[in-house]
Amino acid sequence: MAKRIASLFFSLLAFLPATLLAQVADNQKKYTAFEMRSNGKIYVVVAVVLIILIGLLLYLIRLDGKITRLEKH
Amino acid sequence: MRKSWWKILCIILLIYTVVGGFLFSVPVREILHETIRNLYFHVCMWFGMMILFTASIVYAIKYLRSQQLKDDIYSVNFAKVGTLFGILGYTTGIVWASYTWTEYASSTQIFSEPKLLGAAIALLVYFAYFVLRGSITDIDKKARVSAVYSIFAYIMLFPAIWILPRLLESLHPGNEGNPALNFRNLDGRMRMVFYPAIIGWTLLGVWITSLKIRLDLLKNKNILNG
Repeated sequence: MAKRIASLFFSLLAFLPATLLAQVADNQKKYTAFEMRSNGKIYVVVAVVLIILIGLLLYLIRLDGKITRLEKH
Repeated sequence: MRKSWWKILCIILLIYTVVGGFLFSVPVREILHETIRNLYFHVCMWFGMMILFTASIVYAIKYLRSQQLKDDIYSVNFAKVGTLFGILGYTTGIVWASYTWTEYASSTQIFSEPKLLGAAIALLVYFAYFVLRGSITDIDKKARVSAVYSIFAYIMLFPAIWILPRLLESLHPGNEGNPALNFRNLDGRMRMVFYPAIIGWTLLGVWITSLKIRLDLLKNKNILNG
């Protein structure tokens, strides 16, 4: 019995994504940058800039630590 | 690291600025298109510069009242990092303008652009501040003369970058009222990133300045304690 209910539940679930996904896609089209994000590989640029930024910040943290050690000395 | 909560805030805000600045949606504008995202980077440099120069003049006045060398070290380092931010703001402005203005304006218009000239004058006044400092060998005299000069340099910022460009015809956006702070012009989505970006970049400037100050204090330990 429980198995049948479960299978019914999952078969109902299978119909959901089609309508849900259509809604999500419509919502996303409202954003202007959507096309750029989907086919322009903007994530690659974000990754590169993030690496540079985090690298610089880590350098700053290390410098901070070095000066702190120098102050304690 | 010393007193690290605002440094962590700075890191978080800057990462948020880069991710949000590139990926969040922006309003559709002619001429600018996606370059409107430069607002989170170019404009923040000028905000940072102005805040750092303000800190510099506060410590300059403090030096003139107290005659403590420590205040002079604070003042000059804020001015140094402020100038760095100004140079970065100018350079990014050149890149931005060369991809947006050149399509619609003649080169004569661009070269006589009051905002560019005003910003150049303001930065040159601060370059002269460092030349002046470098030319005096006596430490107390150097501190006193440069503190007085930095008050003039700061006051010079107002006609050069705030008043004159607004009185003349300009290609630069944001001539009516405050650029980028005008609530009618700036989209709510952009404000979500723009305000944290200003705080993040300014905190980065303050962080760099604090390191320079601490290094200078270490270097002059003998004079300061003596």
